[in-house]
Amino acid sequence: MEALTAIVIGTLTAASVYLMLARNFMRFLFGLVLLSNAVNLTIFASGRMTKGHPALVPYGEDAPLGVVGNALPQALVLTAIVIGFGLLAFTLALAFEGYRRMRSVDTDKMRFAEPKEDAQK
Amino acid sequence: MNSVIFTAAARLLVALMFVFSLFMLLRGHHLPGGGFIGGLIGAVSFIVYSLACGPAEARKALRISPEVIAMLGLGIALLAGMFSFIVGYPLFTGQWLWVGGDSYETAAFSLNTVLVFDIGVYLVVLGGILSLTYAFEEET
Amino acid sequence: MTSWVLVMPIAVPFLAAVAAFLWRANPAGRMISLGGSVLTLMASIALMVAVLDEGVIAAQMSNWDAPFGITLVADYLSAVMVVITAITGLATAIYAMGEIPEATERLGFHALFQTLIAGVTGAFLTGDLFNLYVWFEVMLIASFSLLVIGGGKERLDAGIKYVALNLVSTLIFLSGIGLLYGITGTLNLADMREGVANAENQGLVTVIAMMFMVGFGVKAAVFPLFFWLPASYHTPYFAISAVFAGLLTKVGVYALMRMFTLVFVGDVGFTHEILIWVSLLTMFTGVIGAAAQTDFRKILSFHIISQIGYMTLGLALFTPLALMGGVFYLVHHIIVKANLFFVAGLAKQYAGHTDLDRIGGLYKSAPLLAALFIIPAFSLAGFPPLSGFWAKYLIVKAALEIDAWFVAFVSLLVGLLTIYSMTKIWGLAFWKPHPDGIDPTPDRAPPQVTRAMLTPIAGLAAMTIIIGFFPEPFVQFAETAATQLLDPTAYVDAVLGGTP
Repeated sequence: MEALTAIVIGTLTAASVYLMLARNFMRFLFGLVLLSNAVNLTIFASGRMTKGHPALVPYGEDAPLGVVGNALPQALVLTAIVIGFGLLAFTLALAFEGYRRMRSVDTDKMRFAEPKEDAQK
Repeated sequence: MNSVIFTAAARLLVALMFVFSLFMLLRGHHLPGGGFIGGLIGAVSFIVYSLACGPAEARKALRISPEVIAMLGLGIALLAGMFSFIVGYPLFTGQWLWVGGDSYETAAFSLNTVLVFDIGVYLVVLGGILSLTYAFEEET
Repeated sequence: MTSWVLVMPIAVPFLAAVAAFLWRANPAGRMISLGGSVLTLMASIALMVAVLDEGVIAAQMSNWDAPFGITLVADYLSAVMVVITAITGLATAIYAMGEIPEATERLGFHALFQTLIAGVTGAFLTGDLFNLYVWFEVMLIASFSLLVIGGGKERLDAGIKYVALNLVSTLIFLSGIGLLYGITGTLNLADMREGVANAENQGLVTVIAMMFMVGFGVKAAVFPLFFWLPASYHTPYFAISAVFAGLLTKVGVYALMRMFTLVFVGDVGFTHEILIWVSLLTMFTGVIGAAAQTDFRKILSFHIISQIGYMTLGLALFTPLALMGGVFYLVHHIIVKANLFFVAGLAKQYAGHTDLDRIGGLYKSAPLLAALFIIPAFSLAGFPPLSGFWAKYLIVKAALEIDAWFVAFVSLLVGLLTIYSMTKIWGLAFWKPHPDGIDPTPDRAPPQVTRAMLTPIAGLAAMTIIIGFFPEPFVQFAETAATQLLDPTAYVDAVLGGTP
């Protein structure tokens, strides 16, 4: 299971790097989504993969019964997903607004903050 | 979207989903559920409504702007966390007021800051998601 | 009750953010923001007093014991960073009253600004690695919005680059957290110190250390990773770029200092050696980049990079004196840098532009501003007796102490080149007559705007002078901070309560 997860993480990272190297900002964004999934999987895997029940305490007991999965990485991943979702939504809105104003998603054509030297004056 | 069936079904669906979201919020107190998932479901119910009747109508149905809801939720959650200041515990320590007893087994019900915090989370998620989706829907 | 001393500097700006958003119509939002900043400053001074009184203090949130719950902890370094954040926040809140237009205020500027301060303060106070990530995100999302607020092609362009690179660095940081958790099984920094020291696979620890160095390096804008900074810092409102210049990159430096003194100390010869070269290159490329610019804020942006090098150098040399210099530099730099951006904003109000080729004559028409520019500018360049001199002196002395001649040479050379840039700004913006033949007069800005913008400039300049003339208590403070960093026993004990 660990090996399979490692391969999945590696593939996701490779694909995301390929996408993020593109000039097109939308492709960069998709790469970012893939990368954040790879990172989330990394956190999940580093909590050890065990076969077990959800970490819930049944009614009337003091501790969960039997083998339970590590709940902490799940909480971390959930937090990371939520934050990632918020950031992605913001970035998407930013890209949309950028496209509307600059008429381009090509990062090479976005030279408004740093104009080319010869075009300056 | 201009479909009679969807608009008609949406009215029923929205109400059901919204009640379900409140159920999830309250259930989260002792069982899986809680403010976050409840807020998501509540947000989805309003999104369905805005798909059926348009974002302008959905905004009207919400009455308060979603940004204000989110900020109010943040304030409620923070104040719930800071309540433990009065009794001298660190931030976010849960405080219970047992009604009709003195513990979980004997009390008829309990008032506690944990639920208030969860309500804050519910409002933050509801407001946050809705302000995003409304903004996107109004753009297109 | 000590726990609330730690909570308040974070909670107050958060509550101020909520209130400032709910009453964001002018002038209520403004007043809430200003009041919130004053209260934050009071809360942070209370924290400072408590830290001076009791040494390192820690508090367990929700009453969960140390390695399991989230811990807030303040040692000397954290405390001074929180105070300086609050001071910069207050200065910016005053400055913003003059600069930020009403339409932007109604979009929620003050709420975002207070959230940013809360995020920065939280990052300084947390003792939990994942919580640090969360505070970074709070800070980032607020900074993203602040950077593009007000709109315009330039800001959007800058915003896209800033957002993209910062998100990548955050993900590298996050995967580092995941891997470190996998090795040590804890997220508490104090607990992690032991876990990392006992880890079987020290090679993997070094790899993770490099991931953290890259992740924080992007935030701190060190040598090969700084290109987002000069691409974006010259576009937003001056108040915003001042608070970014003062605080945001310093959070990266703080995180580096924390991680590489508390957790990653197993292979100092390797990691800190890399940091030395990174620092030297950062210092040099930053100052050379500044020499090529003619825009007021672009020059200052490149100087942020060059100065970051000095701070990381203090960490990289890893001697008590060097770390002391690093801490001193950190504090001095935040004040000076924010102030220079404030001056740039007022210069634009008077003269109409930030491009140095298109302005001039400010010395004749605004001598007070000229005098107030001289103080932070010469402090930045390291003229005695201003605060920058002592900061540079400590770093150079630390380098000479361990016979690192080349390091000392580069530090002095970069200081010299900094003078060149500062005199360039002085000559072009203040001495040279205005190219359009007009006199840039203070009348171009309404008096209440000038007053709001001059007050923080004068206040921060006064602080620079005070640190310069009476460096003794500050140096002593930095010395204790450095001692605590190099020997974190007190930190670990405060967090874990002495129990294993």
